[in-house]
Amino acid sequence: MTAHAKPLATTRSVAGMPTPRLAIWWVISSEIVIFGGLLTAYILYRLAHDAYSADSAHTNQYIGGFNTLVLLTSSLSAVLAHKAAEHGDGKQAAKLLLLTCLGGLVFLAVKSVEWSIEISHGYTLTASPFWSFYYTAAGIHASHVVAGVIIMAIVARDAARGRELHRVEIIGLYWHFVDVVWIFLFPLLYIAK
Amino acid sequence: MSEEHAHPNYVKVYWILLALLVVSMIGPEIGIRWLTLVTAFGIALVKAYMVVKNFMHLNVEKRFIMYIVSTCLVFMFLLFAGTAPDVMKQEGSGWFKPEVDVPTADAAHGGGEHAGDSHGGESH
Amino acid sequence: MAQSAQTVPHGGHEHHESHGLSYYLFPLDHKIIGMQYLFTGMFMALIGGFFAYAFRMQLAFPGMSVPFFGVVSAGEYNSLVTNHGSIMIFWVAMPVLIAAFGNFLIPLMIGCDDMVFPKVNRLSYQIFLLSVIVLITSFFVPGGGFGGAWTAYPPLSANAQYSLTPLGSTLWLTAVALEFVAFLLGGINFVTTVMNSRAPGMKLYDIPIVVWMIVIASILFTASVGPLIAGAVMLFMDQVVGTQFYDPAAGGDPVLWQHLFWFFGHPEVYVVLLPAMGITADVMVTFARKKLFAYRTVLYTAVGTGVLSFTVWAHHQFIAGIDPRMANVFTITTLLISIPIAEMCFVYIATLYGGSITFKTPMLWALAFVAEFLIGGVTGIFLGASGADIYFHDTYFVLAHFHYTFFPIAIIAVYAGLTYWFPKMFGRMMNDTLGKIHFWGTIIPFNMIFLPLFLLGAWGQHRRIYSYQNFPELAGDTMQNLRILATLSLVTMLLFQLVFLYNFFRSMFKGEKAGKNPWRATTLEWTTESPPGHGNWKEMPTVYRGPYEYGTPGRDQDFWPQNEPS
Repeated sequence: MTAHAKPLATTRSVAGMPTPRLAIWWVISSEIVIFGGLLTAYILYRLAHDAYSADSAHTNQYIGGFNTLVLLTSSLSAVLAHKAAEHGDGKQAAKLLLLTCLGGLVFLAVKSVEWSIEISHGYTLTASPFWSFYYTAAGIHASHVVAGVIIMAIVARDAARGRELHRVEIIGLYWHFVDVVWIFLFPLLYIAK
Repeated sequence: MSEEHAHPNYVKVYWILLALLVVSMIGPEIGIRWLTLVTAFGIALVKAYMVVKNFMHLNVEKRFIMYIVSTCLVFMFLLFAGTAPDVMKQEGSGWFKPEVDVPTADAAHGGGEHAGDSHGGESH
Repeated sequence: MAQSAQTVPHGGHEHHESHGLSYYLFPLDHKIIGMQYLFTGMFMALIGGFFAYAFRMQLAFPGMSVPFFGVVSAGEYNSLVTNHGSIMIFWVAMPVLIAAFGNFLIPLMIGCDDMVFPKVNRLSYQIFLLSVIVLITSFFVPGGGFGGAWTAYPPLSANAQYSLTPLGSTLWLTAVALEFVAFLLGGINFVTTVMNSRAPGMKLYDIPIVVWMIVIASILFTASVGPLIAGAVMLFMDQVVGTQFYDPAAGGDPVLWQHLFWFFGHPEVYVVLLPAMGITADVMVTFARKKLFAYRTVLYTAVGTGVLSFTVWAHHQFIAGIDPRMANVFTITTLLISIPIAEMCFVYIATLYGGSITFKTPMLWALAFVAEFLIGGVTGIFLGASGADIYFHDTYFVLAHFHYTFFPIAIIAVYAGLTYWFPKMFGRMMNDTLGKIHFWGTIIPFNMIFLPLFLLGAWGQHRRIYSYQNFPELAGDTMQNLRILATLSLVTMLLFQLVFLYNFFRSMFKGEKAGKNPWRATTLEWTTESPPGHGNWKEMPTVYRGPYEYGTPGRDQDFWPQNEPS
């Protein structure tokens, strides 16, 4: 692909903010209702049936807490990358973004270990409604983490060469949103027993 | 980016978030149910607020962004409110749901299939 | 790559350059993507129409070998009905009304050269195309296509034991989910484009109503589809993995799916209705040569309708076992929402009042839209009131009501838009006489299909019944004759669509040259070539006034284009 002039449409910002940032907020809004619908279903069932609590007692809150720590840390590096990019320091931004990627990978690794342990104990996807929700909600969230890591790696590659620095902020916004979803999943799945 | 804004002290925000995380972890250790719920969900709200404000800069973003996001949130509460009387309740005015034993993983352990003849077992 | 041609600045290049095949296969140009959506939608409409023909023939002549189809078995009947509904809503109304018109019109009407994310736009169509392929595949897998109705209520949809279509239902669900992803991508693109890329001088109240309506519809879609996506994932797991999200035996609740579905499903009605209203408004002002009456009121009303549409969803579930007290709430909100729509109809009539109306084909369609939709709206009041709905629910009355809303939306308004913007899309005029033959050949049979169905429904004829022979009280001659009348009318109507197809494809190549502005309209798309070249304008337009300045006193011309300096 050769670098070519972009459509005039992309250069306008009548609403007073850059188009990519505007778009990512729309993406986040649409994600809010996706996770909102799922969590609504979960909370409704959870409140209706005591059996869910009995099952949730078997989740490991320390692993969940560690993963929260990992995601919060990766959010910090993402926002620091945004700051660096704003100062035009592509190299630093790329480094911080890759650190964020690493956080995402650690999160996924911990998750897979956690799931392996649970599945080996017989807590499978179909073991009970609670575990179905547990794997579905965390699974949809994890797929967002995977997508975020991949996109962030691409953005970091460009940023290292000083290109498309505005994308650092955009992927960061997405990443923080994924973080916020986890902030709510953590108590819902792990803490409230 | 052309429009720079003042950056809050991100590292400080991060430490506060970690402290909150620790508190929410301690909550269940005390073992009082209502306190656990307060620490779990109250702190989740505070954490989410801090991330959205400081990391996502929603406070310095254009106003309409906040309206869009909060409208979506309000719709979710609406969905909850409209659905709860049917799904969450076991009986209402003029109707009830037949009793079922919701399967738990422990029950499934015993029987192999999740037929769910008892729940809340202590086998683990 | 051929795509780079699209983004080259316009200087130095002639507008009508020739393109390689890849330009049409993998386009970035919003106009080509719009055409892709349009033609895919038209193709799907043919399939959906054929399905309707097959199952209507079965209802009129039970057990008969239907020409071009054969004997319709009970399983096939369910599958035909289900997929007719799914196709017409998700693969005809949505792609044509929102994606095709949205893609084609938005950049042209707001005066910019393309969408803000051309590649996302292309991806959106590709995902949509994939969903089409998955859906069509589902008709041919063992067990046949999904037959659990387009609303896919569990346990019928969740459990292959009940639906008897283990593969068909999963493929159907996958196709619907893919389609949602495509429209999320497309919708976000539309909204950001209109928010950020309007021509200099175009303020919020200078945006043509049709663009506003597509934007509001996209926002409604974005905000309402999420719970259904989550619900679809859960249903998918129930089908494939064996979870029990919707299984009452495990404490799951089938009614939860109904809530998640209709929380999307009702705003969805307005997702397709609003663009149809917008197209009608634009056509009407042009052929009445009059400013749109109460532009701002229409706009605020549409926004209000959109918000209100999130509060009415459970009126689809009055007899599904929902709490009667909640039914009261939803009855009130449902009856409330008829007010803004009625108001919009009045505004349109007020626009016509005192105008100098010419009855060109697009205008006939636009007028028919308001007239026919009115019948759909009025009969909706019966169904929105929970008391009456207990009787009417699941009868052909619902079906007829529903078709009196969706047929005007997905067919009549689309024809209004197509015949109106055809000159801009292809640079040539459609034949007006053939257009009028097609119009009357569609409208008269349409009413003859669905008016009898109101009657049948009121007499107690249930929906989704393969053959009424086993229901003595429904199998009498009077009722059967009405069924035959409806079916024959349907066949007539389908045959008249051939007139349209002939006119459409003939005019594309042989029609009279249109010129820039054949309808003497004011909005921006009429200020450029027909069809517009790359970048849409040689010199990007600037906007000086509102979209509907007709009959301004003191000017020689009775229209005043938005881009003409005063």
